[in-house]
Amino acid sequence: MTPAVSITHLHKTYKSGLEALKGIDLEIHQGDFFALLGPNGAGKSTTISILCSLVQKTSGTVQVMGVDIDTDFALAKKYLGIVPQEFNFNAWEKVFDILVTQAGYYGLPTKLAKERAEKYLRKLGLWDKRGQAARMLSGGMKRRLMIARALVHEPRVLILDEPTAGVDIELRRSMWDFLREMNAAGTTIILTTHYLEEAESLCRNVAIIDKGTIIRKSTIKALLRELNRESFIVDFDADISSCPDLGDYPAKLVDGNSIEVSVEKGKPLNQLFARFDELGLRVTSMRNKSNRLEEMFVTMLDTNREAPVK
Amino acid sequence: MSPFEQWIALQTMLVREVRRFLRIWSQTLLPPAITMVLYFVIFGALIGQRIGPMGGFSYADFVAPGLIMMAVITNSYSNVASSFFGHKFQRCIEELLVSPTPNYIILAGFVGGGMARGLLVGLIVTLTSVFFTDFQIQHPLIVVITLLLTSLLFSVAALINAVFAKTFDDVSIVPTFILTPLTYLGGVFYSISLLPPLWQTISLANPVLYMVNALRYGFLGVSDVSVSGALVMLCLFVIILVGVALHLLKTGRNLRA
Repeated sequence: MTPAVSITHLHKTYKSGLEALKGIDLEIHQGDFFALLGPNGAGKSTTISILCSLVQKTSGTVQVMGVDIDTDFALAKKYLGIVPQEFNFNAWEKVFDILVTQAGYYGLPTKLAKERAEKYLRKLGLWDKRGQAARMLSGGMKRRLMIARALVHEPRVLILDEPTAGVDIELRRSMWDFLREMNAAGTTIILTTHYLEEAESLCRNVAIIDKGTIIRKSTIKALLRELNRESFIVDFDADISSCPDLGDYPAKLVDGNSIEVSVEKGKPLNQLFARFDELGLRVTSMRNKSNRLEEMFVTMLDTNREAPVK
Repeated sequence: MSPFEQWIALQTMLVREVRRFLRIWSQTLLPPAITMVLYFVIFGALIGQRIGPMGGFSYADFVAPGLIMMAVITNSYSNVASSFFGHKFQRCIEELLVSPTPNYIILAGFVGGGMARGLLVGLIVTLTSVFFTDFQIQHPLIVVITLLLTSLLFSVAALINAVFAKTFDDVSIVPTFILTPLTYLGGVFYSISLLPPLWQTISLANPVLYMVNALRYGFLGVSDVSVSGALVMLCLFVIILVGVALHLLKTGRNLRA
């Protein structure tokens, strides 16, 4: 099957001389839920902006649904829907008009454009706000408006650049549900995010980009399988002045009555609890430290930065 | 995009542009009407009677075509400059750039909006002039062609200005320091035959002079310059500026990184 997005030897050097992309190769399959992860300035947004023509590549090839952007960018653009990181709609325009206008830019007749606008405003819970100027919406609503706008021409590939940045947890969860629904219906979704929990929860495949280079491509499951340690937060019933010596279990103090313990995968926890008993520490609760992926991500970036510059 | 889809994209842009200037009619349509009433009162009824006839017409009749032209130039220009720069400033130009809409449709959409406002204001000023003047339109086709070409030319020029502009000040520099002096010195209020020979020659380098005189010929049947030459010059300017604007959109200057 033709890949949804195929990127080969993509380079981008800005006029300032900054080499943002150093020849990345990436293939994203149709129907995938794909995460593009990386720290600020890694090249995520540059990659996405090249895909949607806001940034011009220096060299390399990019294909969307098999269409080379150098030969027929207009057709490639029809397959793409983009939700940028920053708000980029006319704040004075009405919510409904923003969607109908965007549909018009893709050549949708007015009647169909209005039907689609209604469909996606309803789906994203903005139908009641259709007559309001966009500037009157809350931050979360503005973000949903941008998703609705990106969907109005029903693209095959939806690209979201940090879609839940600054969005509260409840709204983030509802947006996740919506994106899962879109993906289940066949839309390929490419996501950049700083919330690694988001990538872990939503995506099947991931590429980690740093300093303009893809340093890892994998499935999320395979990445997580590689983790050979897990971290737990242990709370005690009394204050402890320093981190106790737990022998084979490396630990560090989190606050007055909590520590973080690192446990090798598969190693029983009985010895750990026995050690707590020996030290007279009473455990009131213990939980898995969230975001295992984050630990691996930070380790990968550290390793990449320690590697000699070629 | 198929031709039909391109037509829809163009229609969408035109509707959006026209809706924009109609929504803020008190800033876009009313001020030129008021300004022109003041011009006609001052130059027609008050000062005009003391100045006496010019070019064989009452002074109010003589200045009317120039005032109409001035309104068309100013409004075509400011509509496109403010709309395009506003799109850049709010980043909603990206809505267009990520879409499959071709560059010539983007240009036509913005320019069409500018022409619509320029010509609508031109019509308002012409209707206003009916109360202060009693001229007959001598060559209606010349009037229509001149107004269409002028509004087209200044709309495209405004888009080029807005592409280069980085601040709102950059958008107002050209109208304030170039457009206004050229218009005021372009024979709106006088015939260049009244000027000393040197200044007559210098005036011939002002493109606005040709537009004003072509329109004056259309309305009154008199002109300081060759009308066919003026129309050819207008067409040449339009072709050159459209080429420049399309090149800027294609290379993405100040629009795409």
